[in-house]
This record gives sequence, C-alpha cells and structure tokens, in this order.
Amino acid sequence: MISDLSRFSLSSSSSAAPVLDDDQLLHVSLGPQHPSTHGVFRVNVALDGETVVSLKPVFGYLHRNHEKIAENATYLSSMPYTDRLDYICPLSNNWAYANAVEKLAGIEVPERAQYMRVILAELTRLINHTAFAGFILGDMGAWGSALMYAFRERELILDLFEDLTGARMMANFMRFGGCRNDLPAGWANKVSELVNGYGAFLDEMEDLLIGNEILLARTRDIGALPKDVLINGGITGPMLRAAGVNYDIRKVEPYGIYQRFDFRIPLGGTGDCYDRIMIRFLEMRESLKILRQALDQLPEGPFVHPKAKIRNFKPPVGEAYARVEGPKGELGFHLLSDGSANPYRYRVRPPSFINLTLLEDMCLGLDLADVVVILGSIDIVLGEVDR
Amino acid sequence: MTAPDRNSMDRESPDSHAGELPSQSGEAGFTALQSESPDSLASLLARLHDALPQAGVTLRTNPGPAAQHSLLVEPTHLTEVCRFLRDTPDMAFDFLSNVTGVDWPDPAKADTVAVPAEGEANASASGFLEVIYHLYSTTRRVGPLVLRARTADRGDNAKIPSLVAIYRSAEFQEREIFDLFGVEFTGHPDLRRILMWDEFTDHPMRKDYVAPDDYEYEPTPHDAVLEKAKRHDPSQQ
Amino acid sequence: MAIDPKLAEDLKSQGVHVTSFEQLINWGRSSSLWPLQFGLACCAIEMIAATMAKYDMARFGAEVFRPSPRQADLMIVAGTVTKKMAPQVVRLYNQMAEPKYVIAMGACAISGGPFKDGYNVLKGIDRFIPVDVAIPGCPPRPEALLDGLITLRSIIAKEKLMGKHRARHADPQGTAAFPVPEFGEHDLIPAANREIWNPPAVVRQAEGGET
Repeated sequence: MISDLSRFSLSSSSSAAPVLDDDQLLHVSLGPQHPSTHGVFRVNVALDGETVVSLKPVFGYLHRNHEKIAENATYLSSMPYTDRLDYICPLSNNWAYANAVEKLAGIEVPERAQYMRVILAELTRLINHTAFAGFILGDMGAWGSALMYAFRERELILDLFEDLTGARMMANFMRFGGCRNDLPAGWANKVSELVNGYGAFLDEMEDLLIGNEILLARTRDIGALPKDVLINGGITGPMLRAAGVNYDIRKVEPYGIYQRFDFRIPLGGTGDCYDRIMIRFLEMRESLKILRQALDQLPEGPFVHPKAKIRNFKPPVGEAYARVEGPKGELGFHLLSDGSANPYRYRVRPPSFINLTLLEDMCLGLDLADVVVILGSIDIVLGEVDR
Repeated sequence: MTAPDRNSMDRESPDSHAGELPSQSGEAGFTALQSESPDSLASLLARLHDALPQAGVTLRTNPGPAAQHSLLVEPTHLTEVCRFLRDTPDMAFDFLSNVTGVDWPDPAKADTVAVPAEGEANASASGFLEVIYHLYSTTRRVGPLVLRARTADRGDNAKIPSLVAIYRSAEFQEREIFDLFGVEFTGHPDLRRILMWDEFTDHPMRKDYVAPDDYEYEPTPHDAVLEKAKRHDPSQQ
Repeated sequence: MAIDPKLAEDLKSQGVHVTSFEQLINWGRSSSLWPLQFGLACCAIEMIAATMAKYDMARFGAEVFRPSPRQADLMIVAGTVTKKMAPQVVRLYNQMAEPKYVIAMGACAISGGPFKDGYNVLKGIDRFIPVDVAIPGCPPRPEALLDGLITLRSIIAKEKLMGKHRARHADPQGTAAFPVPEFGEHDLIPAANREIWNPPAVVRQAEGGET
C-alpha cells in the first residue's frame, strides 16, 4: 500500500508549512478498509509528524457502472438502481430520478402524489441526518453509543417505509407520474405520531452534543473555508449552508410543491465541522415542520398520473437536467433521450463526489485526526461517490 | 470553551427568501433559462456575441418538453467564454453544477438532441465526444445555462481545455470524463484516472467498449446475457 | 469413542457435563466470532442495523467488530465487490489468522447482484476466496444476516478437528492465503481463481426449451 504513493508530489500547502523532501514525510493510506471512511474510500495522506502536507483521495472502489447499466436498461428499470446510489436515502434518489424523467417527457404529477413525495423525502432527510449524527460521533471515537440512539429512531422510520413500500431501504417507490402505490390505511396517522415524538429525540441528542467538551474540541474551527471558495468548488447541501450561503434548492428552484410549505433554511456561521453537525439538527426540525404541514394538507386523489406509461415508455428526443435538494446536497440527473426506450446518456450528478473536491484544502495544516472528522462532516456515501 | 447558544445557530442571511409566499407570478424567485422566456437565453447569447465575437457561440435547441436549450462553444474559446460568464457582474455564473461526457459515434444523432439553427453548419463527418456543462448563478438565482463543447474526433484529437482554473468543481468531474470517455482536458492540474485503476487502458463509457467476458456461470440468463453465456456452453464448442 | 447419549443425559442431570474437545472448542469458537469491520456498500448499512439495539447481534457473540483483520475471524463481505476492490479483499482475507470464515452477504457478494453487467463488478467474491455462508437478498434483512450467522455457527459446531475430513484450519497442509489478483489492462489477472472456483458447466437446451 505504501510503495505506490511516491509519485504523489507535494501540493503547494499553506505558506507556514516548511517544504520537506518526500522521504521525510510519512505516507499513510487511510482505507479502503477503515472504520471511519464511510465505506470503501481511500485517502493517501502525506504527513509531517501529525500535520497533513498533502492529501489525495482515491475513488472507484465502489464503481458499479450504474451509468453504463442504465444505458442498456429501460428508464423504469433504472429506478431500483437509484435506490442504491445514496443508499441511506433511497426515496430521495428515486424522486430525483423521477423528477428528471418527468421533466424530460413532460409528465404531470397529481396532487396526492406530490404530497406523498414530500412526506417521504422529508422522512428520508430525517433518517439521513440522524444516521449522520451517529456516524460522525462514531468517527470521533464514541464507538457506537450515539449510533445506537440514532438507529433506534431510524428503525422507526424504516418500519414506516416497510409498511408502505415493502422494503426497509431499497424502496423503488417513485414512478414517472407519481408513486407506485397508495398509502395504506392508517399510515398517515403513524407518521403523525412519529413526527410528534421526534422532537423529543432531537432534544435528547442536542442536550448530549451541544455542550460536549470533546465534540467542541474536535470540531470547532476545523475545516472552514470561505463562501466563494465553496461555491466555486461546487459544494452544495448542508456543507454550503453551514458556511452561511443561503442556497437550498427547495427554496431557490422549488420542485414538487415545496413552495406551499412554510419552513426556514438554517444557516451556519463559519462553516466549520461543528456548524455542519448542528445545522443538520436544525434542518431536521424544519423537516418536521414540513411533515406536519404536508400531513395536514394531504388530499385525496390518484397516487399516479392516470395516463402514466409503465410499458414501452419512450420519452421524446431531447435532454433534461433536473436537480433536487437531497439530504447530502444537490442531486441532479442529466438525461439524454434519443426517442428509444433506453436513455442515450444517463448521468448522475453526485453531491458526495463533488463535495469531496475541497477535501484537501480543508485538511491541509491540520492533524490526521482532523481529517477523519472533516471527512465525516462532509457526509459522503460511497455508492454516490463512485456510482 | 463555552457552548454556543442554541438560538444563535438559527440565523438567516438578509437576502433570505425563507418564509416568503410565492410572488404573484407563481415563481419563487428563480429564473430558468427556458424557451418560455426566450428573451433571457437569446439576450445572453447576444451579449456573448458582442463581447466575444470570435468565440462563435451558437444556439442549439432542445426539442423535448424540458426545453433546456444550450450553447455550443468551440473548445478553443471555452475558457474565455466561461471567464466572461463568471466574472461579468451582471452575469455572475459562479456555480458549475455538472459536467457530463457524451459519446457520439454518429454525429447526425447529436444534431437530433441538440438541434442546430437553420442553415448552420452540420456536425462534423466523424464522430466526436461532447462535454456538457450546467452553470448556475447563485446570486441571481438563474440557471441552468447549458454549454456544450465538442472534440474534433474520438481519437487523438479528443481534447478540450480544462475549466479547473475557473470552476474548481470541474476537477474530479473532468477526471471522470477522462477516465471513462477518454477526453483529454488540457491544463488540468492532475489528469489521471479516477474511478478505474491506473493500469486500465479502455474507456468504458464509450459506445464501442466491449466488456471482459466473465459470463462463464450464468444459471438464469435471458436476452443479451444469454447470448454471452452461450459462448461458454461446452456443448456448442 | 463417543459416549452413550443416555448416559450423558443421566450424568448431566447429576451436574456432570461430558463432551469432547472438538465440541468444546467449536462451541467456544462459534460463540465468539469477531467480524471484521468491513462494509462495502448498502448491505453494510443493514449489517450495522443488525448490530444495533433492535436486532442485536450481540446476543450471538458477534458484536465486537475489529477494525484490523489480524484480530478478526469472520469477514462479512457486505456489498458489491468491484474489480478495483477485489485485490484488497483478498489481501484482507490473507491477513486474517486461521480459523477464519467468510459470509457473503447480499446478492452482489454472491454473484455480482443487480450490477453484474458492470465492467468493474466482480461477479461474486467466491471467485477469489472460499465462502462459507451465502445470504441472498438485496439487501438481506438484519434477521437474514442473523440467520446466516446462526447457520455459520452450526457449520462451525460440526467441524472436525482431526481425521481425514478435518477443517482447513486444522490441517497443516491447508491454504490460509490465496493469490491476490493484479490489475490488468482490461480486467483482473487472473479473472478468477480456478482452484477454488469451478462452477458447473451449464448446458443450454436448444431454442424453444427452458434452461
């Protein structure tokens, strides 16, 4: 693992760091099997003592050829594959893809389906941010205690998903023009109960975390970058908003029916790792607000467009790029259609992959332990990074 | 170290649209460069022609319902067009969202998806690789502005200037297109394979790529996989 | 020499347990399997869920996930094994000390799963390392993983430590390390380890018949 790192040259690090010869540096390969890399992700770090001098990520260990498989499959058969992109938020990916195809083919979505989609997407945001809280504390050495609390709540939501879609994780639920099936009787009430009780869990987690000495020491003033650097680097999602940039696609370019809901966009101050963790808690509270409103306003009606085609679906020739605010950032799908049943080009714009662009910049001059915290605060999922 | 006040996190920037009801026009303040407002893309194109007449930027129409029309840019002028788009204060396209690579072995097909204007030169005789960029302006809430750049061919001249110096978000995405399509991005600081291993020589996303044959054991194949599996059938060898 | 079961029952009721070394050692080994912290893809999330409070893998002695392969004796290959990752998986397996076991969790680890048409996807980890238990599913539920773990425990309980049919780890001639594939120009070299992976040749019937 160490021998092939010699060709990575020193990047021009901050002016304070001395320029050392390559053989005075310690080259560490973090991953691909590592408890804190959130999957099979590898980082080649060159250290001067404990300080990071250069950091080169290595991708591709989970490159599953999703885009190539989609070119040989029909549009609908790619729906289950979108579940497996960001596998912690399957329903969000489903909606992003259905959104793009509906834009490509000009398909309308009925009201009830729109509300169902919003409810499922916000529930997905809850499970993503909850799992994130558990994982990042595990990265910092809490060894699964926080993860236990997080997964306890996540299991409640996964039970709801299983009731509705038949699967805990890989829901494959959205269709072009709506959803796959209607809500079972009593499901909306169960969601209401969950939403009413979720605030207590968030309070509990925040009480444990906000003033926690170790959390503050390890995440304050770590990994912050200026706003224009972040925008130029293509960073989106909670990482961008933690730095104070007010850019949330649900407000900026609303898709679905998000403009009907009254919710705020939390913004952070500096964008360090602490802000990134706390902003997700605030976002969860806003998601609960949206869920309450959506459940109140949920209308009756068809759950899918009556004329939605399942078989022989051939969108007209053209292309479309549509993006949604996934829990990790801007998830976009770029589809090119040549009029046949298979897409000519199917491209996923992966937020986790692009959010890693500035990983080296954030870690230079810090310690190796901070690399783990920064990587955790970006919140990546390798299924999306490598597709 | 004192713990921050929980309420102090709950801040919004002055130009926040949070909590606003949609305006009378129904849009929540975002302008999409679509055909229903042809003026916006057409006027942008006119400004590009004024400022950079040598760049030869042309409009390509998107025939589908999404109506996301694009601008075809010559690769040699790509960087100056992008710099103009980013640095002109009332354009302010500061966010490169997506970079997509497309393989067009049949150039005529490319013209059906991105239709040239009447009387404009048709696509080249040979196939080419295309890179499509989606730009947004975070301050003006405008987008997507779709740019297309095409290589001369699918062989040695598959080169396009890199946009990393202008938009850092292109760094990994251009490496991915280099890896999977074989487009060389001149000026990229670190152009090497990103998703496949370094010793790999093919460009898998190209339309003429042939995957390795490891279909020896296929218990329940059908269609294309069945054809591949039949090659390993001992009774047919 | 096996003891008469009725006699063993009688003795047990008196508080005397009679067993063999084999049974005792296998019982100890199967009750405290330490998995390697090794999740590849989506199945890893279900694996983590299986270790959490609702499904609780700790009941079966397997909650101590070790980050280092040197300290683990069970590798749960959870997720798609890509060709880029395959050499690392084999290396990790080689670094584990005997006795070691492999559970292939999920369709991807068994045969490539939904991604098997991919150019970078290895069609099953059993092409390079021996797999003891395969758990189908995409992803398998946490209960399925627990079922697989229980199956592995019963396999271990029946292992022979002496004699002709003894387990690989009890055999001084047994291989503990398998060759690591290398990155070739188009594919891994070799594409599969033919010494441990020899699937049956499938004969296709003529057109119109079912395979």
